Amino acid sequence: MTINMGPQHPSTHGVLRLELDLDGEVIKNTRPNIGYLHRCFEKYAEKMDDYSKVVPYTDRMDYVSAMNQEHGYVIAVERMLELEVPERVEYIRVILAELQRIASHLLGIGTFGLDLGAFTPFLYCFTEREKILDIFERTSGARLLYNYFAIGGLIKDVHPDFKKDTAEFTKTLRPVIKELNDLLSTNQIFIKRTANIGVLPEKVALNYGASGPVLRGSGVEWDLRKNDPYSIYDRFEFDIPTGMGEVGTIGDCWDRYIVRVREMEQSLRIIEQALDSMPDEGDVTEAVPKRIRPKEGELYARTETPRGELGYYIISDKSASPYRVKARAPSFVHLGLLPAISKGALIADMVAIVGSIDIVLGEVDR
Amino acid sequence: MKTPEEIFEHLTSQFGEDELSFESRDIGQPWIAVQASKIREVSKFLRDEPDLLFNTLMCLSGVHYPKEEELGVAYHLNSTRHNHSIALKVRVPENEPNVPSVESIWKTANWHEREAWDMTGVVFDDHPNHKRILLPEDWEGHPLRKDYVQQEFYQGIPTGE
Amino acid sequence: MINFAANTTYTLPILVHAAIPLTIILVYALVAIWGERKIAGFIQDRLGPMNVGGWHGWAQSIADLLKLLQKEDIVPNNASRFLYKFAPFMMFAASYAAFAVIPFSSSYIGSNINIGVFYLLAVTSLLTLSIIMAAWASNNKWSLLGGMRSAAQMVSYEVPTIATVLTVIIVAGSLNLMTITEMQAGNDTLGFLPNWLIFQNPFLIVAFIIFFISILAEAHRVPFDLPESESELVAGYQTEYSGLRWAMFMLAEYADMLLLSLLGSVLFFGGWNSPFGEFMAGPVWGFFWFMLKGLLLVFVMMWIRWTLPRYRVDQLMHICWGILIPLSFINLVLVALWEVIF
Repeated sequence: MTINMGPQHPSTHGVLRLELDLDGEVIKNTRPNIGYLHRCFEKYAEKMDDYSKVVPYTDRMDYVSAMNQEHGYVIAVERMLELEVPERVEYIRVILAELQRIASHLLGIGTFGLDLGAFTPFLYCFTEREKILDIFERTSGARLLYNYFAIGGLIKDVHPDFKKDTAEFTKTLRPVIKELNDLLSTNQIFIKRTANIGVLPEKVALNYGASGPVLRGSGVEWDLRKNDPYSIYDRFEFDIPTGMGEVGTIGDCWDRYIVRVREMEQSLRIIEQALDSMPDEGDVTEAVPKRIRPKEGELYARTETPRGELGYYIISDKSASPYRVKARAPSFVHLGLLPAISKGALIADMVAIVGSIDIVLGEVDR
Repeated sequence: MKTPEEIFEHLTSQFGEDELSFESRDIGQPWIAVQASKIREVSKFLRDEPDLLFNTLMCLSGVHYPKEEELGVAYHLNSTRHNHSIALKVRVPENEPNVPSVESIWKTANWHEREAWDMTGVVFDDHPNHKRILLPEDWEGHPLRKDYVQQEFYQGIPTGE
Repeated sequence: MINFAANTTYTLPILVHAAIPLTIILVYALVAIWGERKIAGFIQDRLGPMNVGGWHGWAQSIADLLKLLQKEDIVPNNASRFLYKFAPFMMFAASYAAFAVIPFSSSYIGSNINIGVFYLLAVTSLLTLSIIMAAWASNNKWSLLGGMRSAAQMVSYEVPTIATVLTVIIVAGSLNLMTITEMQAGNDTLGFLPNWLIFQNPFLIVAFIIFFISILAEAHRVPFDLPESESELVAGYQTEYSGLRWAMFMLAEYADMLLLSLLGSVLFFGGWNSPFGEFMAGPVWGFFWFMLKGLLLVFVMMWIRWTLPRYRVDQLMHICWGILIPLSFINLVLVALWEVIF
């Protein structure tokens, strides 16, 4: 029996269509079909008459971690311009990026629980995410798509209470993570549903180009914030959590899940360190160039988003608009490995696997 | 960890300098230009050579160069073992845009090559599933070519505003 | 047999008699759906429905019902029309019919037959049939998968349910639910506890736990809600239904929940008997106690639903055939031995 999972299915996290060949409930073959959310990001980027006009479009790629998307793009362009960014801007960017990482992981974990039938953790996660969105709203004026990072700086300075709000939030999140572990991570039913399911061995993960929590869940200690430090990440102390197969095999759904939970704690550590050493004074717009015209050349700049390695391959031909912008989206790559790890699983496992690789279709289709 | 120059030297000692060249521009990162026919051997060497071990393909992008009437493919490789990375580039003429597929070397290439075919029209030989990925199979043209003109109707549905 | 057309003197009392459980079910369903949403809300740190009707959104389910009544009744193309339209009503009829043998109070029982338990278990088996009917008639692969799951699940979980009911029957020595309730009157166990069956025999506590897990599965509640499981099978056999017919499914599900909870309260918690002996006893108080016990079990079901994730289909079967069935049969023997020895 061939069955269509999606594009309208509650657990495909958007408009993803999976063609499943079934034998009873056992999946023989998976064929992902994408493109339902294709919005021509790369073509638009080429058509813009200014590099800075691409930023709002990057927001719309991975709409649940828009700050990280912007961060990657502005870093790429700043490297092309060989631009120095003020200290204060770097700190604010890192804090926002880490907050966004927490928000995105909260959403990923919550929906993962929802996929497995646990409704309540989802709302607990959303309550916390809401607090982050409130901080973002006070900072940038928007709750989801911020357009806040500018090339060379920020659009405007943060809200005066920014430091206080963020510090308060870091205090409230830790108990919630503990609660989440009690409710979900160590729940026997949850472990039964995720351990040994969708096992992604290290070799396969690397060959398929996996990155981020998916790769780390397979036991590879690889985090671009450490391995190819960008911005000011080399100043902070934090660990890279990896999957250790505590309840099953290394690289199963539970490992990918727990990596996200532990990463939130590490992000909190980074935020706290950044809040301590962040300069209070400084103009965040002083380095923003009036006219952006990089010299001829090309580069591939990669950053660590909540979902994995986000790369921007930008070619400049000395004109004011980019010649080519290619976004290497982690979800796109991760979705490509879905057929490899879903063979022989049940439909219920398929839901768990899709949830554990945490895709965002906006980023897959761009 | 090796610099791009060292990697290039390593490659030329294996393949000679006829089919490879080291290029860079004013800014950004340098790359190694490879003859299209050689790309699969070079890739395999880069992946398996113990000193290089490029075990992941980060990105594969198609580029259109209308002035030269050429299509390009850029490969961005990364090694999690040695923590170094390199870019390869292949240029093929527009009228015969055939590049050997590297899908058998890095599975990442499967979808990325489909996307490059979809968007720029590079044909990847020996690809196991050479189909469009983002656009429908019966779409006309390849949108990321600089001379692309959008079709007016797709199956009777107007595509413009 | 009563000939309805010929004997009008019987018809009216019978209709009134039959209307009482129906009223109870309908009022309960409205309250339970609202209650479930409130409980879910409180468990999840939010308020639940707040606006409709003023006080804590008490009229929310009535508004929902009115909305459902106005909705278009969609029958998919190529569906088996008759079965598709008939299935929801049959499902509700099955759970409604089972209420006939439930002793709501010392002076009210729909039909005081001497094989009450047997009748109840037999009639509720029709639920499975109607679910398969709905699933197959919808002409939808997701529905069919849900239907197959449901068939496997309900047939399997009937075995431990019946085995635990049997343990109670061994102790009680009757199949009549009224008789079983009546023998649990009084407060003599250990000097202060009510004479409820669950306090009579330590193995009946085990029996109750098995019984409760099985009825969770029979009523399709989390963690065993696989036939519906909205995040896997969209909504299983309900996927294609809309409006009134879908409302019938919901009604039948909630009625089934209440039915099984009430059965549990008769078998283990003394039915309409007051927990305080003669204090607050009598037919009216009996009804109150009976519903309170049933609703408490329903509340526990809701509580579990909003706390736990869902099992997978093979794990569900393993729990039934690998754990619950052997355990319930061993327990059956132990209860019998206990009864022989003491």
